[in-house]
Amino acid sequence: MPQAPVVGIDLGTTNSLVAYMEGDKPVVIPGVDGSNLVPSVVALDPIPANGGRPTVTVGNSARKSLIENPGRVIYSVKRLMGRGLEEVKNELRFFPFRLADDVEAGEVPRLQIGELRFTPPEISAYVLRQLKRNAERFFGVPVNQAVITVPAYFNDAQRQATKDAGRMAGLEVLRLVNEPTAASLAYGLDRAKEGTIAVYDLGGGTFDISILKLRDGIFEVQSTNGDTHLGGDDIDNLLLTIALDEIHAEHGVDLRAHPGAVQALRKAAIDAKVRLSGDQSAYFDIELPNGDRYQREIPRNVFEVMIEPILERTAGPCKQAIADAGLTPEQIDEVVLVGGSTRIPAVRQLVDRLFKLGERGKKPHTDLNPDEVVALGAAVQAGILADSSEKTRDLLLLDVTPLSLGIEALGGVVAKIIQRNSTIPASAVEYFTTGVDGQTNVAIHVVQGERELASDCRSLARFDLKGIPPMSAGLPRIEVKFLIDADGILQVTAREQRSGKEAQIEVKPTYGLTDEQVENMIIDSYDHAEEDFANRLLIEARNEADNILRAVEHAPQNPAWMQLTVEERSAIATARERLIEARQGTDVTAISQAVVALDQTTRRFAEMMMDAAVTTAIRGKTMDAAGNELDDKVTAPHPMAAAEFK
Amino acid sequence: MLKIVDSAVPVACWSCSVARNASTLFCPNCSKIQPPATGDYFAVFGLQPRLNLDLDALEREFHRLSRRLHPDRFARASDSEKEWSLADTALLNDAYRTLKDPLKRTEYVLKLHGAEIGEEHSGNRQDPSRAPADLLEEVFELNMQLEEMRMARQMGDDDPEAAKSLSEAKQKFEGLLEEVDRDLRVQWTAWEEGGDAQRQAAQKQMVALLDRRRYLRNLVRDVTETLGA
Repeated sequence: MPQAPVVGIDLGTTNSLVAYMEGDKPVVIPGVDGSNLVPSVVALDPIPANGGRPTVTVGNSARKSLIENPGRVIYSVKRLMGRGLEEVKNELRFFPFRLADDVEAGEVPRLQIGELRFTPPEISAYVLRQLKRNAERFFGVPVNQAVITVPAYFNDAQRQATKDAGRMAGLEVLRLVNEPTAASLAYGLDRAKEGTIAVYDLGGGTFDISILKLRDGIFEVQSTNGDTHLGGDDIDNLLLTIALDEIHAEHGVDLRAHPGAVQALRKAAIDAKVRLSGDQSAYFDIELPNGDRYQREIPRNVFEVMIEPILERTAGPCKQAIADAGLTPEQIDEVVLVGGSTRIPAVRQLVDRLFKLGERGKKPHTDLNPDEVVALGAAVQAGILADSSEKTRDLLLLDVTPLSLGIEALGGVVAKIIQRNSTIPASAVEYFTTGVDGQTNVAIHVVQGERELASDCRSLARFDLKGIPPMSAGLPRIEVKFLIDADGILQVTAREQRSGKEAQIEVKPTYGLTDEQVENMIIDSYDHAEEDFANRLLIEARNEADNILRAVEHAPQNPAWMQLTVEERSAIATARERLIEARQGTDVTAISQAVVALDQTTRRFAEMMMDAAVTTAIRGKTMDAAGNELDDKVTAPHPMAAAEFK
Repeated sequence: MLKIVDSAVPVACWSCSVARNASTLFCPNCSKIQPPATGDYFAVFGLQPRLNLDLDALEREFHRLSRRLHPDRFARASDSEKEWSLADTALLNDAYRTLKDPLKRTEYVLKLHGAEIGEEHSGNRQDPSRAPADLLEEVFELNMQLEEMRMARQMGDDDPEAAKSLSEAKQKFEGLLEEVDRDLRVQWTAWEEGGDAQRQAAQKQMVALLDRRRYLRNLVRDVTETLGA
């Protein structure tokens, strides 16, 4: 069987993509519906009455369940990756899903979806599995190796959780690459550029700024900074909160009690946000359950004042990164914009001001689609690792660790052992001894962060050095080597020097799954059975066919069906019959094509259904109309945004 | 005569068994990657320990070695080669980070020669009694100003006069920092080119200059923090 290429995956907060090197050019692999973006949305149906596994849908089709069945759909799970219980609790205020009741402190939080419970890495694994399947359908061979991107400012636990998700999805993660660095690779590929560039990456849920020096094909990161809790989601939540409060105050209706209505309002908020990138004004016109209407115009200048505090939070990290690189804004030759939120004109104005671009006669780079550039860069890095392309042969990425690594010393003070912005891999050796005669173990608390007290930093892990030969206090000399690998993940080894014995290390990650837990969460073990591959593709194609056929079968019961024209209904009937026919055969491509065809003919219906499904019907412009006003390339970055048209 | 720190004891290459110098990261015979070297940071770059370094040449060498050693180049290699690539690259990065920075380089060279360098304790406010003798008076006054400024801030007052005089003090101390850096460079040359007695004297001078520098830098940091608060 021919080997599939190593793929590059952008596992985003709102959308995910998979790409590969087609010769010397990175290319995004589309999904079965023809769309490049797979919304990072996972819908989990109840376990069937006759037992077995629940049906899991990912992407655009899962998006559709969000309004009808909000309790069974998970989105933006990246915000929860590698986080502790308290953090997740705080985060979930804005989400329709809940934590499982029985989660204890110190455990990886699990989300309750109906009768099922899942950790954030498991949900991400479903998204990754979908991307893997899309790639396999595209190549016709199994795909087992991938490069996955993470926000540059992700800490150790968040990185480890991402790697765990890859393993659960049946992917060997060859490398985690920082998103802004990946973007710079995609940008730098076609130009023999030399100089200093800044990558400003404002995505759905995270913000990163990285400063790189390009020289002879070496992309050397000088500094990085960011906020793993800052992005377009915050703008959506702000607009949503304002609307909910106003509706409550002016109409006495508390929509917060109706998750479906909240999701519909969120969709309206996102539509308004997207529209305000092109128009001077956007309009809310929503019918409330009590028959009142909530009508609100948002002019762009008002919107800009509202979001200023959010955008201003990107200024501090930018200034810090520039200072850490030992530079001034004037010394940055180019600024590259990445992430859907950089389409907002106010963001571009802020970038212009921070890097003094206009006054130097410069403009930020936006020539690559900001939704795709990270995935394209991941594909370039995959090409570098596989040594598959002439074009990537001389490229090398030298990245840095975003946060300082330290150990808790006496009095709870942090002793830094690896400074932030150190090129990785990086290492440090520390020596430890005992405080009591005959002591045979020593505990080390490792933290990540810039604060002076360990309690203010992020706890990474507690290492228990065991099996130290009993000696007088202070006599043992235990050498502990801390090594941050090329993925930005910490590895620790220890040796007692006087006896020469390897000390045993027991690692208790503060936030994270054990190896064994990850092993038990691997989904679809049959993924490894390559001989069944063709068969599996057929089964998957048929499952996809069944899903859409089932939906179409129920369509006439929906009121929206009557709004379709006779021609539209007959086109759907024809496409449906073609699919039923193809499904009986064994030609995977024919089935997939028939699925795409039926999906296309029912798209308008699906959108009308979504509009009609909620009690708070959204009037005024439909999503379709809003989408038409935008540039063709625009694909709004949220699960509720209009589907992508190709 | 410089003390040679790296080991010249030959060891056998794991792949082709030909003897090689223990401080090289590749076998000169078969070019295979080798386990981490036993020498110091200078040996990684094939250099003798020295203070005056050509930083452009150092960067070029860093890039050249990175291209050969980086884990990206060993994604499909054997497990041991992967492990050595990771360890070797970490060593290369640690070495480059230390040597490219004039202060870290000075501290490193002095430590190689057995000098004791004061440890930095982050977070501790300046202890005025540790101030360099010639600066005692100014440091005392600066600390008073800092304290007043902090008190005023706590009361919600904004005193532009105090801020102005603090800014002036900051400039002054920054000037002193630059002076220390110039003095250090003079000692570098004395250390490298002088005889034994001169080397000893230069070494002592450098240890004192590094102490002074650390003190001044923390002072400037305190002022910056107070001004920016």
